[in-house]
Amino acid sequence: MRKDLSRTTAIVGVAESDDIGLTPNKSAMMLHAEAGYNALADAGLSIKDVDGLFTAGLSTLATAEYMGINPRYTDSTTVGGSSFVIHIAHAIAAINAGFCEVALVTHGEVGRSARARQGPDPRLPGPQFETPYGMIGAPINYALACTRYMHEYGEDRTRQALAEIAVSTRKWAQMNPKAMMRDPMSFDDYHNSRWIAWPFHLLDCCLVTDAGGAYVITTAARARDLPKKPVYVLGAAEFHDHALMSQMQDLTVHPAKDAGNRAFEMAGIKRDDVDLNMIYDSFTYTVLMSLESLGYCGPGEGPDLFKDQRTAPGGDWPVNTSGGGLSYTHPGMYGMFLVLEAVRQLRGECGERNVNPKIALCNGSGGSLSSSGVAILAVD
Amino acid sequence: MTQQTKPPIPAPTPQPEWDYYWEKTKQHELWLMRCNDCNQAYFYPRPICPNCFSRNTEWFQSSGKGTVYTFAIVHRAPTPAFTSPYIVAYIELEDGVRLPTNLIDVEPDPEHVKVGMACEVVYEEINDKITLPKFKPA
Repeated sequence: MRKDLSRTTAIVGVAESDDIGLTPNKSAMMLHAEAGYNALADAGLSIKDVDGLFTAGLSTLATAEYMGINPRYTDSTTVGGSSFVIHIAHAIAAINAGFCEVALVTHGEVGRSARARQGPDPRLPGPQFETPYGMIGAPINYALACTRYMHEYGEDRTRQALAEIAVSTRKWAQMNPKAMMRDPMSFDDYHNSRWIAWPFHLLDCCLVTDAGGAYVITTAARARDLPKKPVYVLGAAEFHDHALMSQMQDLTVHPAKDAGNRAFEMAGIKRDDVDLNMIYDSFTYTVLMSLESLGYCGPGEGPDLFKDQRTAPGGDWPVNTSGGGLSYTHPGMYGMFLVLEAVRQLRGECGERNVNPKIALCNGSGGSLSSSGVAILAVD
Repeated sequence: MTQQTKPPIPAPTPQPEWDYYWEKTKQHELWLMRCNDCNQAYFYPRPICPNCFSRNTEWFQSSGKGTVYTFAIVHRAPTPAFTSPYIVAYIELEDGVRLPTNLIDVEPDPEHVKVGMACEVVYEEINDKITLPKFKPA
């Protein structure tokens, strides 16, 4: 891990698409473009400044054409919702190697309003060995992982942690005007919500929305000449474990364990130095096992991290201050939105929900707990 | 009123290295692969060992016996081809591999399904080409 790459780059612009939530009048590509233009405006840059384009889902070829960009460096790495956090590490490499200077990373999905959906690719092992059993979609697959955690570390204390996560995340969403779900949620609401795939209630599961997001990343030197406070990248790393959930050797350990260790090493900071954790919350369980695997506690101790709403507004350990995928937005690959919130929190732009962090960590999760991208961001 | 016809279960389109697996399940036999160099069995089958990259691998017949490694109870079927509630599970076979499947012949209720439960293979034909190995309590 090249520690000298720490602080060489900074995120200088962030934005969502013009609207998020339900956008039946817009294509996924248009959400990419809106978010991209908005992020450049936030950075005080123009489309002409962009020489690197990074995206996931749609290829950079299609995205560049739609937006009118002719990049000299592109990266279409698509490994699930973690991709947009992984792009930070890739951008650090490309910028430091001189392949590009201003990298635009875009996202856009109409998870809710899509007019056409892709079926499974019959060439892959999943449609052979999982799909015929009705192992289709994230809730069912993640439920299989959560049951194993409950078996190893206790069902009741795990359940209590899942409830704490759902309730605290909703409290943050109530402070975010862009969040889709802003009604109050009680512990009873959580426990009484219907089963989707036991052990998951409805309120263990993320939303399905339409949304686009984008950020701009450039050299630290150039960042200092731009209007917004630079958000420096202290450390970034990625890791793959498997593709199919049934191939995951330990269903209780997130690939963030490996990526996190290297990101912390590059950043040269301790776990205690992190003021805000933005953790991909496809499900409540994802947050529990990600934070545990990131080394904030030992194996099986994860439930203790969430006791008495300490991750909620007013608590001493804020997590997912945007309201997360559980209550703010989740268009399919949510990782982009972890970065947007972390940057805005570090800049102090989040109004009543701002927790004034100096250092924030993002952990993107992709596929079936398959891939992780960790980024540690900071302001002076 | 017309009766709603249930769509078929999405059957696999076997790729070349999986033809043998599906031929054997059709005969109500479960065959897996192992590596003769690192002596590990693995799933899903592929001719090159995923543990040591050896090509010295072979098919062997599984006992079809194992225990529930984990499970979930699906209450919201992902497509109309499936009728909820149903149980998805990973079975840890005696042969040393973990297999994704359905657990049948047991109440889809966490009071009745437990991690560690002993189970054994049964076969369910879904079309004239594909027979799925499923598991029931032993």
